[in-house]
Amino acid sequence: MAQLYYEDVNVGDEVTPLPKNASSQQLVKYAGASGDYYQIHYDDGFARNNGLPGIIIHGALKNAFLGQLVTDWMGPEGQLKKLSVSYRQMDLPNDDLVCKGNVTDKRVEDGVGIVECEIALHNGEGKATTPGKAIVALPMRGS
Amino acid sequence: MPDESVITDEMRSHLDVESDPITYDVEKGAVVKFAQAIGDTNPLFQDEPAARNGPYGGIVAPPTFLRSLIAGEPKEEFPRPFPNNLDGGSEYEFFEPIRAGDRITVTKAIVDLSERQGRLGTMLFTTAETRYVNQLGQLAATQRTTGISYATPAEEE
Repeated sequence: MAQLYYEDVNVGDEVTPLPKNASSQQLVKYAGASGDYYQIHYDDGFARNNGLPGIIIHGALKNAFLGQLVTDWMGPEGQLKKLSVSYRQMDLPNDDLVCKGNVTDKRVEDGVGIVECEIALHNGEGKATTPGKAIVALPMRGS
Repeated sequence: MPDESVITDEMRSHLDVESDPITYDVEKGAVVKFAQAIGDTNPLFQDEPAARNGPYGGIVAPPTFLRSLIAGEPKEEFPRPFPNNLDGGSEYEFFEPIRAGDRITVTKAIVDLSERQGRLGTMLFTTAETRYVNQLGQLAATQRTTGISYATPAEEE
């Protein structure tokens, strides 16, 4: 994996986009791995009886996708400091989702290179259903 | 603002009351399974030889793995005023890596209550903070989650 350095990041830079498409099988795997067994994520009849169009993606799985967006981009020596997301709209399985982000600030704090990003998960129609923010510490060249 | 607040003294009595702590072993297999479930192929999260040569000297957990370390139930159930509940969002802060082999103690408490009028009528926002402390007594991470409780218009009639 490529390493990102503080000096190479500029405000406005794009975070490398991460495409995702969650199958119903992935929702079941995530239910098992996370311990979230709420049936709206794998039982279609249950979801419909709760007024949903069908099973929906766990908010926390979308949160995980956005975490991966950032950890893939920052590289192994980067450190994720803060990750926040808002669930504005539900997302459905088998939709072509894309996690995206942009650098909004960079500064050196106590000798550490801090970079802030706006991030969001977009649905197949391009709508940001799950916006958020990430703060990372990046290594500096020569240190 | 509504004339009468939906936030009662009984609700306020739940503020800052921590759940009983639960301690989890962070098993390597569970970390790998979580990484696979979210479709994350980062070697730091699942490839032991590669991770050993990385910055942590071994496998670490993906950031949101903490979600699987579920806090205990509150000592008394929070009296939600409305039948419908939504997960509004999540905010993690990370202070220490979560390594395979760590023992993480999890507690959770409601830390804030607020209300707002919106398209779903009166909505109660419940902010809870989950704290993850490792076997060295270090606060490794916190997660703040916001629950939204609301009455559907049909049920307000």
